[in-house]
Amino acid sequence: MALGSVWVFADLSQGRVTTGTLELLTKARSLGARTVEAVCFGPEAVDAVAELGRYGATTLHLSQDPAFAELLFGGPAADTLAALVVEHRPDLILFAATHAGRDVAGRLAARLDVPVIANGLDVEAGDAITVTTAIFGATQVVRTEFGARRPALALFRPKSFPAAAAPGAVIPVVVEVPAVIRECHRRARVVDRSNEVAAGPKLEDAEVVVSGGRGIQEAGNFELLREVAELLHGAVGASRAVVDAGWVPYSLQVGQTGKTVKPTVYVACGISGAMQHTVGMRGAQKIVAINKDPQAPIFKLADLGIVGDALTVLRQLRDELRSRPG
Amino acid sequence: MNVVVCVKLVPDPDSAGQLDATTHRLRRDLAEPVLDPGDEFGVEAALRLVEAHGGEVRVVSMGPERALEAVRKALAMGAARGVLVTDDGLGGSDALTTAKVLAAAIGREPFDVVITATESTDGYTGIVPQALAELLGVPAVTFATGVASDGTALTVSRQTEGGSETILAGLPCVVSVTAGVNEPRYPSLRGIMGAKSKPLDRWTPADLGLVEVVGAAAGQTVVSVTTAEERKAGEVVTDEGDGAHRIVLLLASMRVI
Repeated sequence: MALGSVWVFADLSQGRVTTGTLELLTKARSLGARTVEAVCFGPEAVDAVAELGRYGATTLHLSQDPAFAELLFGGPAADTLAALVVEHRPDLILFAATHAGRDVAGRLAARLDVPVIANGLDVEAGDAITVTTAIFGATQVVRTEFGARRPALALFRPKSFPAAAAPGAVIPVVVEVPAVIRECHRRARVVDRSNEVAAGPKLEDAEVVVSGGRGIQEAGNFELLREVAELLHGAVGASRAVVDAGWVPYSLQVGQTGKTVKPTVYVACGISGAMQHTVGMRGAQKIVAINKDPQAPIFKLADLGIVGDALTVLRQLRDELRSRPG
Repeated sequence: MNVVVCVKLVPDPDSAGQLDATTHRLRRDLAEPVLDPGDEFGVEAALRLVEAHGGEVRVVSMGPERALEAVRKALAMGAARGVLVTDDGLGGSDALTTAKVLAAAIGREPFDVVITATESTDGYTGIVPQALAELLGVPAVTFATGVASDGTALTVSRQTEGGSETILAGLPCVVSVTAGVNEPRYPSLRGIMGAKSKPLDRWTPADLGLVEVVGAAAGQTVVSVTTAEERKAGEVVTDEGDGAHRIVLLLASMRVI
């Protein structure tokens, strides 16, 4: 059974196409589909055209309706996408497992009564469409086949695929589509929005990530992690426990409900290693763990485990890095 | 304000989960099941809305017979009544089927707000709240980090990929809350005793008029389950004052310094 159209739902963050979207387009090109197309909604959607084309989208279904920024995004986006799906009948729609991706895919599945698989790591298209997911903190790998209903919807964790531009630049055919917004979605309005501006590399792109958990003891001690991260040209991460405690913003959270990182070196400081956390960092090339408790599960993953006080070791690490020449 | 809160019984998240090798379903016999810790925040958020604006909290759950324990815990925290939708045919339900069952149970009575966790601790698809909202025909204010109300609408602060936003949402709506949105109360002894006499119904999908909802037979089939390649543990040493230096050596060997 030949695969017809594969669509990628494009996420924008502050006017830029997210890396996760580019990863999905890269993967979509490899599936042997008749066409690879993208969908992008929002007042800044036109900024995404060139980038989406570079990564292989030949058609872009686009709406720049300001309502996508003024209203809670998920409902209007799912309604608009549903109308496009009914018209064009793609076989497979790929979503990044971001907040927006989940909001749209979850609604769309219910609206069209089609199956959806979350937490995908890989997808193959042969006689059937098969998605690989990892469960229980990525200790087990499950392959799930979609039945005959189309489109199949799948969400993928960022960093599941490499992102590579398509050979030969394409300017996608841009199809402007009308926003479809049911009345119920007009009563959920955005009244305020703030974006965080972080210094240094983004957490998900950093070569070195220095992450803190409960063992860091208090919010103020994250400054020490920032100093070490800066010396390493890296980024600071955190466990869910300290994000929930309000020590650092959610954008630093690594794990199942946070970001997936695959740095060259991941330094886990005072993090016990609950599955919720390790699923987001076990893809690092090298893992260093510092923890007081020799039984902490993080040591089962660590290439180098230091049993000791995280703050003491971090201070010494900072001082040694500072004293290194050049 | 009538608030519905969805809860789930999950294997204790502190123990490793496992799928049955032949049925490919969650083995519920291995870990002591508990009310999903993420759901406690939803129950607390629901109770606070009702305490401020009147009305009652109704608990809805889908799961095996034992999931009554999860509903009872929510009742002990202060919810007024509960319902469990249970049926052998629901085993292995996917996210969409779960949403259909919950929507049917919730939609039997008028509601103002439905509160869920952002995702369950065992399945963590993170798409049930949105699917549920779609089936109920209401907005889904997801990933909430704060919920406030004047009694006629909700003001919800929520996470976004890049930061945060504040949503003003009319009623009815679905809200999914993150852990940390509040500090869940412990059930008091009086609450635990009182929960035993609160109304707790058991329904089947057929009671809800759902005839075609069959858990595992929905549009997807698990074809294999394998154990992921383990990361090998490396060297674990006790810090004798040289821990930092060892880290520097590793960083240098990876050419990041």
